[in-house]
Amino acid sequence: MSIMANRTITISLGILLGIAAIALLGPWVSPNDYTSTNFDRLLSSPSFKGLHLFGTDDLGRDQFVRTMLGVRVTLLVAIVASLVSLIIGVAYGAIAGLVGGRVDAVMMRMVDTLYALPFIFFVILLMVAFERNFLLIFVAIGAVNWLDMARIVRGQTLSLREREFVEAARLGGAGMLRIVTRHIAPNLVGIVVVYVTLTIPQAILVESFLSFLGLGVQEPQTSLGALVDAGVNQMERASWMLLIPATLLAVILLCFNFLGDGLRDYFDARHTS
Amino acid sequence: MLRLAGAVPTLLLVIVLAFLMVHAAPGGPFDDERVLPADVEANIAAAYHLDEPLPQQFLRYLEGLLKGDLGPSYRYRDYTVSELIADAFPLSLKLGALAMSLALLLGVAAGTAAALRQGSTFDRVVMGFAMTGISIPVFVIAPVLVMLLAVKLQWLPAGWSGTTSLTRYLLPVVTLALPQIAYIARLTRASMIDVLARDFIRTARAQGLDTLTILRVHALKPAMLPVLSYMGPAVAAILTGSVVVEEIFGIPGLGQFFVRGALNRDYTLVLGIVVFYATLIVLLNLAVDILYGVIDPRVRYR
Repeated sequence: MSIMANRTITISLGILLGIAAIALLGPWVSPNDYTSTNFDRLLSSPSFKGLHLFGTDDLGRDQFVRTMLGVRVTLLVAIVASLVSLIIGVAYGAIAGLVGGRVDAVMMRMVDTLYALPFIFFVILLMVAFERNFLLIFVAIGAVNWLDMARIVRGQTLSLREREFVEAARLGGAGMLRIVTRHIAPNLVGIVVVYVTLTIPQAILVESFLSFLGLGVQEPQTSLGALVDAGVNQMERASWMLLIPATLLAVILLCFNFLGDGLRDYFDARHTS
Repeated sequence: MLRLAGAVPTLLLVIVLAFLMVHAAPGGPFDDERVLPADVEANIAAAYHLDEPLPQQFLRYLEGLLKGDLGPSYRYRDYTVSELIADAFPLSLKLGALAMSLALLLGVAAGTAAALRQGSTFDRVVMGFAMTGISIPVFVIAPVLVMLLAVKLQWLPAGWSGTTSLTRYLLPVVTLALPQIAYIARLTRASMIDVLARDFIRTARAQGLDTLTILRVHALKPAMLPVLSYMGPAVAAILTGSVVVEEIFGIPGLGQFFVRGALNRDYTLVLGIVVFYATLIVLLNLAVDILYGVIDPRVRYR
């Protein structure tokens, strides 16, 4: 079955790509920019006049451009943070699975210990202690989310290591490096893709949580979490400032979760059939 | 006993990590736009023992911790961190406990009902709601509910301080509980489907027991094990959520102190609350582990 025949996957992927395309092109097409204030148009509701499709905020800045910038930042943080967690998680899990034995036991015991910690509070602690720059947000969020990935990769590596084709390669004289790169790594791709997709919404959640509290992305930059926060402060006068970013954030998170679930079902079905 | 011994290094790790993070921070806690004379700065540093070498500061902190003393707050003058926590935590605890009870009640009920009618429209609707509840963060649900129910329709109070009526609990508790209801419903459904397919349930059915009795006597206990192991993460999630909910509704609980402390760079307060929360979660995980062994004797082998 082709992957595109799966409705959950195609629909959620389509919506995500659509949102990403608008976020990339929108600010470029729009006559407005995200920092210009206009004191004649404070908190005006969405209209085609002046092309303020999502209205303006309490400083008269165009909400459409700001929201699209927020989407960009949110997606960027999510993707980079997921890559960070991918690198840490895959390396950690693969080493534990390949080496096995006591090293594996100790490494996994450490993962269990880390699982018990309230990580989000450590991220907040990091943001308090250090300057709130972009790079730190990426790394902090990525460093939080690698545990699941490490566990999954380790389990998969352990079972792959014992399979006949790996044994055959070893008998054929293949070295460790060749076995890992040619025989084990390609078989990890599917499951890693699934778990990266499921890590992305978690990273978005952490980033928007931080930005919502004012600890994440700082003005004049913005992200969906920061926009929701701004919307909360104006909700009695300007409901669009809350509803539009909140809906977008919800849709993005839902799509990523559905995409991850769909991919997992797809790879599971292929495994069992 | 073995598990208790495992919790101690975890706690130490938490304390060391948190302590190092705060003390590795560039710039001192009293750095300000206003430049202080050098001798004043030295006096402040001495008063808060900031002039000592780091290991000595850490030992001093540990020693205080053992006596339940988390040091003075850097921003709230004349208050210790322990006093602030003792003041603010009971309210957070009350909200959290209410939310957790609501989540367990509704989550288990919805999950069980969905499992009994697996594949039906009802099942799909419940699971759709559950997916939505898991995906959408508290800080999106809470303000939208406030806007609809409190600002537009005026059914419920929007804030905390404007009223003393019990209705002020409703929105915070419900928003705090929603994601957990969703999670617990999904967990319950999956494990209930698993349990209902087992032989002992078939035997009970063959004996002519009605569904309610089967659930109550036979199915509920084994099906609740995954939900029990989720209690640790659930409490962590509710603590995280309480930070947001208290901020949005203006509830003077520990979460609000945490955010204020973080924004004010009140290092000792933030460090103290992190240590306090982490201890709470580690102890809770320990309790869950032990309870698990009591309910399911098969896991007591280790």
